[in-house]
Amino acid sequence: MSKEAYLRGLVSGRAMPLRGDDVDTDRIIPARYMKGVSFEGLGEFVFRDARFDESGAPKAHPFNDPRFAGAAILVVNRNFGCGSSREHAPQALARAGIAALVGESFAEIFAGNCVTLGMPAASVRPEDARELQDLAEADPSIRIEIDLEAKEVRAGGRRFGLSMPESNRKALVTGLWDSTAELLPGLAAARSLAAGLPYLSWARSAS
Amino acid sequence: MSANLFDKVWELHKVGELPSGRDQLFIGLHLVHEVTSPQAFAMLAERGLSVAFPGRSFATCDHIVPTDAQARPFKDPQAEAMMAALEANAAASRIEFFGLGSGRQGIVHVIGPELGLTQPGMTIACGDSHTSTHGAFGAIAFGIGTSQVRDVLATQTLAMDRPRVRRINAKGALGKGVGAKDLILYILSRLGVEGGIGYAYEYSGGAVRGLGMEGRMTLCNMSIEGGARAGYVSPDETTFEYMRGRPYAPAGADWDRALAFWRSIASAEDASFDDEAEIDASSIEPMVTWGTNPGQGVGVSAKTPRLADLPAERREGARAAYAHMGFSEGQRMAGKKIDVAFIGSCTNGRISDLREAAAVAKGRKVAPGVRALVVPGSMQVAAQARKEGLDKVFSEAGFEWRFAGCSMCLAMNPDKLEGDQLCASSSNRNFIGRQGSARGRTLLMSPAMVAAAAVSGEVVDLRSV
Repeated sequence: MSKEAYLRGLVSGRAMPLRGDDVDTDRIIPARYMKGVSFEGLGEFVFRDARFDESGAPKAHPFNDPRFAGAAILVVNRNFGCGSSREHAPQALARAGIAALVGESFAEIFAGNCVTLGMPAASVRPEDARELQDLAEADPSIRIEIDLEAKEVRAGGRRFGLSMPESNRKALVTGLWDSTAELLPGLAAARSLAAGLPYLSWARSAS
Repeated sequence: MSANLFDKVWELHKVGELPSGRDQLFIGLHLVHEVTSPQAFAMLAERGLSVAFPGRSFATCDHIVPTDAQARPFKDPQAEAMMAALEANAAASRIEFFGLGSGRQGIVHVIGPELGLTQPGMTIACGDSHTSTHGAFGAIAFGIGTSQVRDVLATQTLAMDRPRVRRINAKGALGKGVGAKDLILYILSRLGVEGGIGYAYEYSGGAVRGLGMEGRMTLCNMSIEGGARAGYVSPDETTFEYMRGRPYAPAGADWDRALAFWRSIASAEDASFDDEAEIDASSIEPMVTWGTNPGQGVGVSAKTPRLADLPAERREGARAAYAHMGFSEGQRMAGKKIDVAFIGSCTNGRISDLREAAAVAKGRKVAPGVRALVVPGSMQVAAQARKEGLDKVFSEAGFEWRFAGCSMCLAMNPDKLEGDQLCASSSNRNFIGRQGSARGRTLLMSPAMVAAAAVSGEVVDLRSV
């Protein structure tokens, strides 16, 4: 795929409302599913314990709701993704078909992990997040458009201002979210900086 | 006005500005564990890249390690595969690895400091959110995701926005029976679990200066629970004294140069901050959480909050938390019957934590029906505890005495809650399902409070035991 095809300045799709503040990464992907040496297959276990009881019977949850099957945009509330730094959380969401998130606010490590996957996590006003959830609930076929250039979310003929750290927005709009690619040209400069760091001069093998 | 520690250390490590507008930040110390690194090593190999600074990464195993029987291969084939992957990656990349038999294995955030790898003025990163622990030394330390682990392996740098810095001034002195865990749980209850977004926290004030290094580690450890990107304490004589003689600490002529450097990066009296908060440490009592995030805590003798008294946007979360916990508003936490007591984790698995818990357990017995376990933070902590006879104190009291690892903090190894067990825990997260059972319930508190709950069979005020 061309680099342009990966640009994430504009993402659109059907929405899935997932309500609640402080949804932590243990909830998104329980730790027992992090024992694989790759991220393969994580999508199946997204929100596992919120979706199924201990006998494996499904519970009422947006990810179990056929109305939201195939939704690409997760609409959340405040401080989504708090807790651990596990990239398994956005990896599981992405592998379950989520391409972008909209919500009141996101924990920083989670939001940063989303950027490295090219997955926008856009903040809107609390009342706008709730309205977007209501819109999707009322009409699951409604399409939400996240436009990082225009800094707005569009749905049902309505426009909602969005915000995110400017560097994240720029990285997504320009296709620079692959941080290793962005950092590698600076490796020589990093080496010369390291040569001047006082504590590396006394770094040694253990006594 | 002068620059604060965070800004000085950031400037010292700033390689340059990136096209995205982020800074390229050199990382002085990278800590690696088995769960968040194998994917990063694989990504590196996919791109044909190698580790740029193998001498600045150090690896150990903690998350999936069984803490009862450690014979290889592990009973859990996934854990064995994960362990083998780390061993192979470390060897192939020439990264020093503190394995199970090394005597130096343990939780990354326990061994970095105890080996003297963690030093003031450093930038530190690890694929684990509790990396903020290392801020206790006046380092700036970030938990990172796996793609960023790849960044550090490939370039020893990270692409980051500089956070603002909030100074939290803890005035006054902590009372008897009140420690660093109570202080941070109190701060979280005041500033909220998202109040730190966009910030690094500098902890200062008399109550923080009065903490030893291990208490400062407990404090900084849970910065992430407040939403802060990092948390730190500016270094002082307590810090320098701790560093002296550690295996990887500077020695000889280097020691004096190190001291001069460490003093130079400290926040001066007139340092400026983007924001300040003040708390009265003398008013804090032993804290216990009642809910499902670490900001939902109260003093042990206080009543849980009434929904009507909470800010409107907090009520729904509190209502859901009460429903999960089986608690209601306006109750006291003292008297809640517990099923499990867990002492350990990167928050409270150090020797001073075990000493405080053992002082409570000594000569007493774990209450009937309570399962109690002590998981030292590292093999060095375990060795020191054995030297002091603490293992015997715990065993005689009826606690299980384990090998080092993360254990029941996040239940990636066989140590898990069952059903809706209520666990008094010295760990850092009371999230739903965190300790391995979807219906499990966690009460966060200090290790001494956990020991007191274990011998009483219920939550009690440590000061009355």
